[in-house]
Amino acid sequence: MTTQATTATLSNMSLARRAWEIRRKAVRMGEVQGQGYVGQALGIADVLSVSYFHALAYRPDEPEWEGRDRFLLSIGHYAIALYSALIEAGILPEQELETYGTDDSRLPMSGMAAYTPGMEITGGSLGQGLGIGVGMALGLKAKKNPAFVYNLMSDGELGEGSTWEAAMSAAHHKLDNLVCIVDFNDQQADGKSTDMLCSEPLADKWASFGWHVQRVDGNDIAALVAAFDVARNLKGAKPRVIICDTIMCKGVPFLEEREITHFVRVEADEWQKALAVLDANRPE
Amino acid sequence: MTATHKYDPHRKWEARMPPKPGEGGRTSAMIASLAAEGYDTVSAPFGHALVEEAKKNDRVVGFTADLSKYTDLHIFAQAFPERFYQMGMAEQVMISAAAGMAREGFIPFATTYAVFASRRAYDFIAMAIAEEYLPVKIVCALPGLTTGYGPSHQATEDLAIFRGLPNLTIVDPCDAIDVMEAVPAITAHEGPVYMRLPRGKVPSVIRKHCPDYKFELGKAKLLRDGKDVLVIASGFMTMRALDAAVELEAQGISAAVLHCPTIKPLDTATILAEAGKGNRLVVTAENHTKVGGLGEAVASTLLTNGVTPTFRMIGLPDQFLDAGALPTLHDRYGISTAAMITQIRGWL
Repeated sequence: MTTQATTATLSNMSLARRAWEIRRKAVRMGEVQGQGYVGQALGIADVLSVSYFHALAYRPDEPEWEGRDRFLLSIGHYAIALYSALIEAGILPEQELETYGTDDSRLPMSGMAAYTPGMEITGGSLGQGLGIGVGMALGLKAKKNPAFVYNLMSDGELGEGSTWEAAMSAAHHKLDNLVCIVDFNDQQADGKSTDMLCSEPLADKWASFGWHVQRVDGNDIAALVAAFDVARNLKGAKPRVIICDTIMCKGVPFLEEREITHFVRVEADEWQKALAVLDANRPE
Repeated sequence: MTATHKYDPHRKWEARMPPKPGEGGRTSAMIASLAAEGYDTVSAPFGHALVEEAKKNDRVVGFTADLSKYTDLHIFAQAFPERFYQMGMAEQVMISAAAGMAREGFIPFATTYAVFASRRAYDFIAMAIAEEYLPVKIVCALPGLTTGYGPSHQATEDLAIFRGLPNLTIVDPCDAIDVMEAVPAITAHEGPVYMRLPRGKVPSVIRKHCPDYKFELGKAKLLRDGKDVLVIASGFMTMRALDAAVELEAQGISAAVLHCPTIKPLDTATILAEAGKGNRLVVTAENHTKVGGLGEAVASTLLTNGVTPTFRMIGLPDQFLDAGALPTLHDRYGISTAAMITQIRGWL
């Protein structure tokens, strides 16, 4: 069993370009519905690029391959972002993008394991992913499977008590095969996360719970690559958390400036405008 | 049309065929509304009614778990910022803290989505609030099948969960008038309450059919009489029942509608009296799984009192429901007006 490489990883396409492709697909899906959590998708695209094209081992044509690293989307409403990454990774066919959120689509607005290849869990009832990750990490160790479990969660989920039960449990069980990624965009339904229920000093909290902690600019690909490398290669029987400070709607400035970005309102003519902004800034 | 999808414990993506691009049918919407059904609407009736109540009663306070804007509580928060407590995405501590405030003499209104109150905060509601008979009013948006977002947000079994809880009064209002009149009624009620909340632009339905209607906590109200079928309904299914009754009348079928917005304690006297009249088919209609909701509560009332009309239930099937557009799902699972008419005609 290997934790190495996938065909996708071996491609010459830059991680910046992969992130751009993820952003572009998310905006196209948003246009299908006329709505969607596109702000989160644009913000997390760099993290997903580094996850799927640098860190994770998987087989595009075999989404349930036993040796794969497990990537849990605790934040079900970020599905639009993960679908984009799964399409880019070759796990989902690109033409399904046109069905996003429509009746009987395999790409529902909130991610569900029973609907989509590559979607490991049903998220969306927030605060559940990390606990499931603890169990999968225990299970992999019991099977002597060297794969990693990655749990992607939001800063909002830090409010749920279950998150901290899971955090304490992971450290107690010395789960060095568990990597938690916190998307810290400081936005949730009612406003700024730090105004709702402040989780700072966040790095100190995780450290005091027994985790190895890194906090990085989640829109800086080089910083993310370094952080993921540290998380994977660290010696020490601790779970690892990477707190990623991200900017909602990153890459589309006219949306970045919009005040309410949890469920960003995009006018019908703005989807094409957003695509044009992205197209004008395509990385190699 | 009844639901055709069977529960499949092994349902997996392998069994799903993606729709062809452009043929996926209607789109789903997180922010779904029942407003566009031919009725006038009232904006945020809960928020405005709570503001009026708070002006009269300084014990009223508001709590939310990161969902004030989505439960219309932001209206209260704007009017009384010093009496509004934003608890963040932490439903359990919101409920515990509401219980604590109640112990100090306040009347907390705590809002979130129905799934999160019923599933996540249940033990906290049971022990900190219901067992202590504290005046906490838990008011929850997205009850039953009112979002196409999938099972994480579809509270199809909230009534079943809460009906088992002693001391708890349960309200399932139909429309804006019900909500606005229920707010003072549940504030005045000395014990804990769970109320399902239609939010946003909420239709005003019942008085269009029945101008003298008033909400009374604990009372079922006959909104129209009829000789062939008696529909006992709550929540927006009362709207469906009224609309179906108009259509059925045009088809020569006479339908009575008994609106039963208080699920617990149930107005058994009115239900027994109406169900015992004549030789009518009795049909319950609820925006909830057929397990443990209004239908089974009525069935139990009838059977234990020896009233045994022909009895049928309209409600959601015992399964996790699909994601999709609400009109699609209401048709698919048998709670649209058209599906209701088809079922009733089939039973007569």
